[in-house]
Amino acid sequence: MDPVRDQLNQQRAAEVDTGPGAATKPMAQQRPRSVEQLRRRRSGRLVAGVASGVAEHLGVPVLWVRGGFAVLAVCGGAGILAYSLLWVFVPQSVGAEKPVTTRERQQGFGVILLCLGAMVAVGGLISMPAWLGAPLVVVLIGAAVVWREADESQRRRWRQGARTNVVGALLGGGGRKAMIRVLAGAALVIAGIVAVLMGSTSMDEVRFALLAVGATLVGVAVLTVPWWVRLVRDLDIERASRIRSQERAEIAAHLHDSVLQTLALIQKQAESEREVRRLARGQERELRNWLYGPDGYGSQRQAVDDAPAATFSAELTRICGEVEDSFAIKVQQVVVGDCDVDERLTAQLAAAREAVVNAAKHARVAEVSVYAEVEAAQVSVFVRDRGAGFDPASVPADRHGLADSIRGRMQRHGGKVKVRTSPGEGTEVQMEMPRAA
Amino acid sequence: MLIVTGEDTTAPHQVRVFLVDDHALFRTGVRAELAAAEQVEVIGEAGSVAEAVAGIAHFKPEVVLLDVHMPDGGGAEVLRQVRGQQPDVVFLALSVSDAAEDVIAVIRGGARGYVTKTISGRELADAIVRVRAGDAVFSPRLAGFVLDAFSEGPNSAPVGDPELDLLTPREREVLRLLARGYAYKEIASELFISVKTVETHVSSVLRKTQLSNRYELSRWASDRRLV
Repeated sequence: MDPVRDQLNQQRAAEVDTGPGAATKPMAQQRPRSVEQLRRRRSGRLVAGVASGVAEHLGVPVLWVRGGFAVLAVCGGAGILAYSLLWVFVPQSVGAEKPVTTRERQQGFGVILLCLGAMVAVGGLISMPAWLGAPLVVVLIGAAVVWREADESQRRRWRQGARTNVVGALLGGGGRKAMIRVLAGAALVIAGIVAVLMGSTSMDEVRFALLAVGATLVGVAVLTVPWWVRLVRDLDIERASRIRSQERAEIAAHLHDSVLQTLALIQKQAESEREVRRLARGQERELRNWLYGPDGYGSQRQAVDDAPAATFSAELTRICGEVEDSFAIKVQQVVVGDCDVDERLTAQLAAAREAVVNAAKHARVAEVSVYAEVEAAQVSVFVRDRGAGFDPASVPADRHGLADSIRGRMQRHGGKVKVRTSPGEGTEVQMEMPRAA
Repeated sequence: MLIVTGEDTTAPHQVRVFLVDDHALFRTGVRAELAAAEQVEVIGEAGSVAEAVAGIAHFKPEVVLLDVHMPDGGGAEVLRQVRGQQPDVVFLALSVSDAAEDVIAVIRGGARGYVTKTISGRELADAIVRVRAGDAVFSPRLAGFVLDAFSEGPNSAPVGDPELDLLTPREREVLRLLARGYAYKEIASELFISVKTVETHVSSVLRKTQLSNRYELSRWASDRRLV
């Protein structure tokens, strides 16, 4: 115990030393250490970061600290005990740390090896029954491996993993390497215990010990049942509330990104009626799609990873939205049925877009309606407005919008176009495309 | 919207309207819009299902403007509770929802029509007068929903009574023109029938929508991942 006390005394001494008047140590000037707690290092550690943490805390070279631990370890294992206790009780650091040089690492390993060698040599002198000593060393090594694996960052991941799934908790997010290390450590522990039990000469004692241990464990388990139940229930409650708060955060974020920003824009552009309408319409469309769309928020959540294939209705909705935005008109669209888009339907969609754009440009109306119906044999799209209309005979020959973009495009792919219009009566463009067999 | 009243429909009395919507702001807006129309008079309003049921029993309105989306069951629940006791009250669904199954649920519950919240005040007043007179009032979008629900796809084989579950070609034609944004009058001239006949067709579509069995519509909705 003495070394530990020494260590703690040293600590205290260091803390006292680093009071306001203590500028004797060169490293003490670097930061206000009077409030600094002893912390183990997280990066660049060899075993648990105790030695380097202590070194940093005391402002001495890490080699000295390691050497001190090694010397104490050889003296009846006191250094190991001190190190273990510090490992258990000193928290890990959280902030950034200065990197460790390769030389320090090499020196550290050297010290550990020297220490082990010295311990074996000393241990040989102190006669310990081999059947007890060797397995105990194995158990200790195994426990150290597991404990090292389950060190703070790891345990934090376990805690988080326990809220998500069991496998994640066991693997701790460290993947295969972590699992191998944990399993190896556990195997070492078990092997050591088995070796102790097997080596024991009197089986009766062992049986008694096992019974005692088993009874104790069962007793502890029974006594702590309410605690376990509460733990599980707390985890459930915590998980549910976390999901709820995540949902809320997601909704809030969406509203912030969309609605609030649009409202702010509208306030700024309040004098431009056209712009306000455009913004409001675009926002309404987006929010509506978010709430009620096929993979919207209000419907059953779809898996995000399978990329949605472009369907006819989705494409038509997109096209109508684009025209709404660029021409500041309302496009009322109704789609019956749906199918995947192929080459022909792409042509039809392009033609439909042109028809809507024509209506937006020339009809001088605020609303255009688009109706599309997907049938087994064909896909029909109707674009109509109640606007100016025109006399088909009087269209100048140099106007190509209707002739090329709509009629030509449809006919090249085997479709038909019919236009019903007359001045003052509005216009309706009917586009029919047979579906590929 | 499709309701273009050519003839003078000025009724001798004002249609008494009751407003059900859970958003007070929207109720105020509708009241303000309808104040300009002389054919209708808003006599009361409610913000929840319970208020609506009590209010309708108390004020005895002729037409109820019914929101589809409300807490505690929405418009369908109001219909379920009121229809049995006051069969004379006519319901017109007024919704912002794009979710077909909500709207169809209200139609099946007995609403005489469905219009969207972007409708202008004058058109809304016309629609109210029209449903009061016994017509069905469809927006293009609802026509699309109904067509979709009754479409003869490979997976929507008629179940039950085919007479009831299927639309006639003429009804389908009328619905299609409605969905294309035609007014009743325009449909009539397009199909060389009278406006009265168009109204009859639309009403029978409404009846079939209300009567066609639930199984088919729910399957249709789940096919489209709506429920």
